[in-house]
Amino acid sequence: MRYGHKYVFLLPGLLVLIAILIFPVIFTVRLSLSGWNSYNPGLDFVGIKNYVRLFTSDPRFWEAFSRLAFFSLTTVFLQYILGFGLALLVWRDVLFKRFFRVLFLIPMMTTPVIMTVIWKTVFHESLGPVNDFLSMFGLTPLWLSDPMLSKVTVIIVEVWQWTPFMFLLLLAGLLSLPKEAFLAASIDGAGPLRKFIYVTFPLMAPISIGAIIIRLIEASKIMDTIYVLTSGGPGTSTETTSFYIFIKGLREFQMGYSAAMSFTYLIVMILSLTVIVNILIRVFIGRND
Amino acid sequence: MKRITVAITSMLVGVTAAGIAAGDKWSDQFPHIKNTGDIAGECSYESMSQKDYSGQTLTINTHAVPVMGEPTALHAEQFSALTGAEVNVIHTPAGDLYSKAMIPFQAGQAPYDIVFGFSNFIRDWMAYLEPVPEYYVNMRQMQDVTKSHIDVASWDGTMMQFPIDGDRHYLKYRKDVIDNPELQAKYLAETGNELRVPQTWKEYAEIAAYFNGWDWDGDGELEYGSAEVMKKDDLMYAAFFSRSVAYAKNPATPGGFFFDLDTMTPLINSPGFVEALTDWVEAVNYVPPGGINFSLGDEINSFGGGQALFSFSWDDAFVAAMEDGSAIKNKVGVAPLPGADRVWNRETGAWDETYNQAPYIVWGWAAAVAKKSKNHELAFDYLCFFSNDANHQADIAIGRFGVNPFKKSDFVPDIYIERQGWDQQIAEEYTETLMDMEEKSTNRVFPLRVPGVFEFTSAVATGTSKALAGQLSPQEALDEVAAEWEAIIERVGVDNVREAYAVGVALEDNLR
Repeated sequence: MRYGHKYVFLLPGLLVLIAILIFPVIFTVRLSLSGWNSYNPGLDFVGIKNYVRLFTSDPRFWEAFSRLAFFSLTTVFLQYILGFGLALLVWRDVLFKRFFRVLFLIPMMTTPVIMTVIWKTVFHESLGPVNDFLSMFGLTPLWLSDPMLSKVTVIIVEVWQWTPFMFLLLLAGLLSLPKEAFLAASIDGAGPLRKFIYVTFPLMAPISIGAIIIRLIEASKIMDTIYVLTSGGPGTSTETTSFYIFIKGLREFQMGYSAAMSFTYLIVMILSLTVIVNILIRVFIGRND
Repeated sequence: MKRITVAITSMLVGVTAAGIAAGDKWSDQFPHIKNTGDIAGECSYESMSQKDYSGQTLTINTHAVPVMGEPTALHAEQFSALTGAEVNVIHTPAGDLYSKAMIPFQAGQAPYDIVFGFSNFIRDWMAYLEPVPEYYVNMRQMQDVTKSHIDVASWDGTMMQFPIDGDRHYLKYRKDVIDNPELQAKYLAETGNELRVPQTWKEYAEIAAYFNGWDWDGDGELEYGSAEVMKKDDLMYAAFFSRSVAYAKNPATPGGFFFDLDTMTPLINSPGFVEALTDWVEAVNYVPPGGINFSLGDEINSFGGGQALFSFSWDDAFVAAMEDGSAIKNKVGVAPLPGADRVWNRETGAWDETYNQAPYIVWGWAAAVAKKSKNHELAFDYLCFFSNDANHQADIAIGRFGVNPFKKSDFVPDIYIERQGWDQQIAEEYTETLMDMEEKSTNRVFPLRVPGVFEFTSAVATGTSKALAGQLSPQEALDEVAAEWEAIIERVGVDNVREAYAVGVALEDNLR
């Protein structure tokens, strides 16, 4: 019996895949080989000129990349620690458990741009409530205008906004853990700390890795917080890759060059995340498979 | 000549008198113009009511509410009621106005009949715009527009954008401080200098630094020296140019402010600009805490809210300060941008030790009709109605609308005294300062309007922002900007940039 017709049933899915995934990537690659900009519209062919420019005369892109790595790793690490802590708090039977579970999710359910505007007002150095309070103690930190402190402010906002996501995934993981392992540990006389180190944490490893990777992917696209809070400033101290690509693409309308940056970014991210996944498996599970 | 003068004077008096007149049947229906009633003209309420655009649809891409977005929507509603046209208004954030129009332009589509943007988009957009027809260019309403803003809206003599707004940077100051005899005596005793409206940027810095960080108006709050747009975005470069014109726009050396037109060498890292950036870096010490991160909105709130002694940029901060309900209404003054005691001469390669001052006719809001639109007449009628005398006079009284004076009839003090409750002296100071900048100065600087203008201005924002943040010295920062400008010129083509820049230079040099 011939089953060739079965491929016809795959066709709709394949077409959708090509339309929403393959075509944009191919088009980005083609665009990156053109000089499309505000004064030269169209898909002309300039070869790898944009890539040569990116790799030889644009240190700002790579500086933005290193800043992105710093922000992503720092915020996701903090989100994981806090998210895990909060999930552990409401995992067991505590008073108002349901209330706290919903409460911890609120930051994630708000609109990032709106919340960043509110944070910007909160951290406003001369008109905001934080410095209004701190000024009573003679302190007026420059939350948004000091090159170092502005990074901290971005991290605070990101951690506040996205820790609930980590909390949600880790709580779901905790609730799905088998009870037998904990019963066995209790019979063996393990206390809460030992149970966490030898039972909870290892059992949570696969979920932890998944949650961290998902957040790393999302954190590496950080844009709205930077856009609203600092515009990448002061100077270029909070400028990340996505914000820089946005400036070159949609502000300066260098479409060809921004496509080259986007494609390079995609490749670097795929390579980086592959390495990070392997490292996380070694750290959490202790083997590489 | 005499006949023209008499005609213009009659027109101004007529417009003003009409403005002061009581309301009419149109103001009953449209309360927005209750102060003036309808004012006769080609695009008045009466004239538009004679048109019938029933069944036609106009689509407009404009800025977000309220600045420019609110008047666009309001006048769309009025226009629709008068003509029967259906008008769809789409609101877009400022940073996306350029690309939202440019993408369909380049794709050969016309989703919008009218596009709002900044006047310095003109070179990049002009290939996709319909020139303003002769009928509108020659009508009485247009004759009232100042020459500066006719120039800003035109490209090499052809009007491409319909004038709807006028912008320039000027100095705003707290009159209750600068004119206060007690504070004048205190300042003199402690510094040995006279307290007055600053004539130079150095004097501006001295006064601002003196009045920084203490409660000089007795309201229980700390006040600061200056509020400026310093946030790294697409507006801070304009603030930098305002600080640069005095040092770098030398009336003795025509042929370019941003570039040497002959060689197309960027002048952005010449000593005049470096001096201005050095001043600006010093200004970080006398702005409110966090002032280095102030956007235009922050500047408006800071100066308009009484937090700062000085401010300079668009009209908005001054209008906010003078609105009803403001704690500092009638306590603020207006003056030309400060000058400098010396100006760089690029031909001699030395400083000319002479006082220099130059107005900066900065870009402002502009609106234009898409060439591919199928509703040209409808679209131009809408823009003409938007800026008719009755709407315009009502719009300029509302700070959040972002519509500022650009008509000769706007520079009549009585408008502000009688309708907005301004003190006579402030109204006279305001209108004289603006009119002198618009019509009298022969050392004006017009905005950069070349292909890829955003690449040039973005480079300035990045470089100056690095200097303000202490990442680079002023010279290093501007050297970096100059290198970036050279790279942009190479990409765009030196002849393309020169050809476009020559149009702007001609506007400046023809004033001489």
